[in-house]
Amino acid sequence: MSEARPPSSNRALLWAGVAVLCAWTLLPIYLLALGALGGREIVSQWPKPFAPLGLSLQTLGTFLAIEGVWRATWVSVKAAALTMAMALALGVPAGYALARFRFRGAGAYRVLILMTRAFPVAILALPLTVSFIRLGVYDTPLGVALVHAVLATPFATLVCASLFMGIPKELEEAAWVFGCSRFTGFLRVVLPLALPGIAAASIFAFVLSWNEVFAASVLTVRQRTLTAYLLSVLSESPLHLQFAGGLVLIVPSVLFIFLVRRRLFAMWGIGNR
Amino acid sequence: MREPKALPYLLIAPSALFLTGLFLIPLAQTAVLAFQESGGAWGLGNLRRMTDELNFPDALANTFKVVLLAVPLQLVLALGMTMALRNIRRGRDLLVWVWSIPLGISDLAAGLVWLAILNDQGWLNSALFRLGLIAQPQAWLTYETPAALLAAIVIAEIWRATAIVFVILLAGVQLLPKEYEEAADVFGATPWQRFFRITVPLLKPSIQTALILRTVLAFEMFAMAMALGGRNFPVLVSEAFNAQYFSQDYGVAAAYAVLVMTISVAATVLYLVALRVPAEQR
Repeated sequence: MSEARPPSSNRALLWAGVAVLCAWTLLPIYLLALGALGGREIVSQWPKPFAPLGLSLQTLGTFLAIEGVWRATWVSVKAAALTMAMALALGVPAGYALARFRFRGAGAYRVLILMTRAFPVAILALPLTVSFIRLGVYDTPLGVALVHAVLATPFATLVCASLFMGIPKELEEAAWVFGCSRFTGFLRVVLPLALPGIAAASIFAFVLSWNEVFAASVLTVRQRTLTAYLLSVLSESPLHLQFAGGLVLIVPSVLFIFLVRRRLFAMWGIGNR
Repeated sequence: MREPKALPYLLIAPSALFLTGLFLIPLAQTAVLAFQESGGAWGLGNLRRMTDELNFPDALANTFKVVLLAVPLQLVLALGMTMALRNIRRGRDLLVWVWSIPLGISDLAAGLVWLAILNDQGWLNSALFRLGLIAQPQAWLTYETPAALLAAIVIAEIWRATAIVFVILLAGVQLLPKEYEEAADVFGATPWQRFFRITVPLLKPSIQTALILRTVLAFEMFAMAMALGGRNFPVLVSEAFNAQYFSQDYGVAAAYAVLVMTISVAATVLYLVALRVPAEQR
């Protein structure tokens, strides 16, 4: 780097700041984990320990036995998987069209996609309640996923469009020369190259659905997603159960962010222009 | 290769239909619900019933307080994080990951995290007790301590959502040409001058994007307020939720939805105008 290195006192200050920011991010999650895994005892303990001394297989067992949380987790997984599938099924073809064709209406379509950004989409679950009851998808993971896919599809479309634009057209044309159709050429040449990016986009769709609270709470009664379940028991259930639910909610998200960390910037840089 | 002209239309048709059915139509339905009286006539009855609600003034004020306090602080913090990272080579990837973790955390989960810390017998009070600053558990999250409750929610919001501003700004910084800043150095600019006169103006497109996204999402925040404050900290979206779910008053819920959407769109337009990006810089 051609930049002059700042003097060493500045370096120390820089690293101190960095350390504080890391602690600021991680410490709260650690404390929630203590509360979640410490079982019933830790919630009433005063003052609370900062080290995981009270942890045992027994408290871990209590954690894993909180039935409501796991049932709701399963609904969340189903809804998030459906969201992911829908976002891909809709976003990949649309992204390909935006990347490879110039056609009338492409501008209008882009406006439609960008519009979803300026609106709090989850709130649109309110009027959907009635039509979902009529269609029989109210209180099902599919119904929740339909609304979540409205959030995830525009994102998937834009990410896919930029992925496909980054793949030279000549590669595809070579495949056509060798007898591939547009479709088989896409499958054999474009898709393998775009796959890592598409995987990252689908992970994002999954996390988006996994974390969404409002639409999930409005659209479910008995088959609650984890977020809807936790929101509904906020005022009535013991704290250790709420903390356990919070931890179950956070762990997969943290792992997912780790998996897509290299693509985060490419995706946000593109996804927002 | 010869192909039917219809191919691109066939490719975007599914998602266009989907977004029409589940975005545009519900959008129109919300507006209809909000402005239609029970008899079917048009009017402002639902809006009036909304503004007459006991919690309405508090909900409106709380929503704006959180947004106006949290969003500027997030921008400053995220700029600081971005600039710190520019001076770091070793361990950069690890830092980026750690600082982006909250990106995957919902407002409900963040509320629960801070509930663990801030409840009466939580870790904050435990730490204060060990330091000898308090003698017994202290309540932070009740209606008797409105300032502490607001601070708690702003802190939790900053903890959760600075990451998205950070990621967008860092993506923007990576695209900046180095020459301008080097030129500033050559002409003897101090680091602060360089930052405010060169870096920040060049980053304006990213800052605009981040602010739009963040502000729209901040107006949507409600689960965190419910987790930390319960009924003591109403915000607009939690009132919409209560109207729909508990009172089953769909008209008032839709009125809240229209209000939140109007505010979001107004904020977006405000940013677009205030931080106008010249065409050649896009």
